[in-house]
Amino acid sequence: MQLFVFICAAAMILGGAVGVILRSHPVHAALSLILTLFGVAVLFVAQNAHFLAAVQVIVYAGAIVVLFLFVIMLLGVDKADSLRIDPVKVQRPLAAVVGVGLMGLIGAAIVQGRSTLAQRGTGIDTASGGAGRDSNIRQLATDLFSNHVFAFEITSVLLVIAVVGTVLLARRPRSSGASDGESVIRQNSGAK
Amino acid sequence: MLAIDVLLDKIDLTAVLIVLFKVVVVFIIGLVATMFMVWFERKIISGMQNRIGPNKAGPFGILQTLADGIKLFFKEDLLPDRADRFVFRLAPFLAFVPAFLVWSIIPLGGDFTNGKGGAIKIFGRYTLVQLADPPIGVLLLLALSGIAVYGIMLAGWSSGSKYPLLGSVRASAQMVSYEAALGLSIAAVLLVAGTLSTNGIVAVQTSLSKWHVVATGVVPFVIFLIAATAELNRPPFDLVEAEQELVGGFNTEYSSLRFALFFLAEFMNTVTMSAVIVTLFFGGPQPLKFEQGSLHFNGNLHLGVLNGTVWFIAKLFVFLYIYVWFRATLPRLRYDQLMNLGWKVLIPASLGWFMLLAAQRVATDNNWNKWAVSIISIAILGVCGLLLMAATRASAKNREREGAMF
Repeated sequence: MQLFVFICAAAMILGGAVGVILRSHPVHAALSLILTLFGVAVLFVAQNAHFLAAVQVIVYAGAIVVLFLFVIMLLGVDKADSLRIDPVKVQRPLAAVVGVGLMGLIGAAIVQGRSTLAQRGTGIDTASGGAGRDSNIRQLATDLFSNHVFAFEITSVLLVIAVVGTVLLARRPRSSGASDGESVIRQNSGAK
Repeated sequence: MLAIDVLLDKIDLTAVLIVLFKVVVVFIIGLVATMFMVWFERKIISGMQNRIGPNKAGPFGILQTLADGIKLFFKEDLLPDRADRFVFRLAPFLAFVPAFLVWSIIPLGGDFTNGKGGAIKIFGRYTLVQLADPPIGVLLLLALSGIAVYGIMLAGWSSGSKYPLLGSVRASAQMVSYEAALGLSIAAVLLVAGTLSTNGIVAVQTSLSKWHVVATGVVPFVIFLIAATAELNRPPFDLVEAEQELVGGFNTEYSSLRFALFFLAEFMNTVTMSAVIVTLFFGGPQPLKFEQGSLHFNGNLHLGVLNGTVWFIAKLFVFLYIYVWFRATLPRLRYDQLMNLGWKVLIPASLGWFMLLAAQRVATDNNWNKWAVSIISIAILGVCGLLLMAATRASAKNREREGAMF
């Protein structure tokens, strides 16, 4: 059963990932990305990490890819790209090199850490230990707000600074000549 | 793995059959409720506007929806020339399926007396009167409303026409902005209930004073009601299909069965959202009990296992009526008013109220003086509110100076 779920989810993830790269249409690529994100959510559920699965769907599929689509639609780049024209000549060979390198690194990491992969982590022991159906969220909350409360707060401060910075950068005085529609689009793409 | 139901403690053929039975029944109830809602809305709204409304098909015109459905089914299914074929076909299902899936986590009935936890006995087994009680509970609602955005957004985009595109961009911007307020008011309920599961949320609302509408102090309920109306794209937030500006909105290019799916999803969402409000704030299938001196009523209608369901339906009706009432009464908001309400009023208000509830919770846990904590936190929130108002006013003035439209 577990193997079956894993195979299905892995097929979803890989199919989505291949789709993101191969579909020449940006909207189709974004849809493939959603497929991948859903596959990851299924894997989370299979590992009893229900809360993570929900957050994965709410945040990534429900918010981030929606913003991607917004940007694609508003900027009007929703037309199929021609693959023949390569605006930056070096990027394809470079991408191949980086891709192969990354794969090698991950492979090496797996081979190196083969023995430790089988061990259980020491952070959250099991996703569904203790307190019944809400154990997931309870354990995560204790970990985030008790053990790592400083890191958590600093991260949120960082995000606020990022938002304020984006607004400042995107806002330009009207006298500099940007038309209204243009600045709206700028703001939207900045908010990504 | 997903559901925690007493039925699934022992999985055998009976359990599987009961689950299948529940799936079919819940699906049928959902469809019938949707059909009913379409008729109900038309009938009530025509009453409010001094018209008769549907009265030809069946008694009181109750079969009108069926007739409309059959008509839509036999109409020609158009596919615009410039449409993106695959996405155009996919979009109605992305709108329709989440609407139905939310229905599966709603406790539609059940016996919550004497610690039975909502389980009733059918076919010799105890089971919950809801299709699934996943550990993530109400988060499923947020996840699915996130998916429903795609249905609308892709429908507008894939039509290859500018008015649907504008309608869908509006719709998705609106849904994404109000989801934050929706989530924050749900968080207030979760804070009081202490659980995510819908069954658990209903189980703690044992009496009127423990119904979350009272226990969380009305404000989250009001915010949830407004945000849910916006999330449903219903009047007064129906800018998505502002006919004068956008023809029919995101579904302009759709016809026949695909249009029917969008239509069904819209009304299904209204029914499920009302059910969610009842579940979160009004105790779901829990009966209304009161004890005032000699007057007391324990909510038992002597209907056996259907007791909870009858209470649930009665409460559901109130909210369905309220949604129709909204539509008949309130004029549509302008787009900037809509965004201002969402971002500058509802989100800060729900966040502030959530902090207030959290402070009270900490006070009870540590045995602090509850009144002092309340007064101090209200004072702090008041100062924050004033600051926010000052900031909004300053920014509005700046924008006016720069000559922005709104």
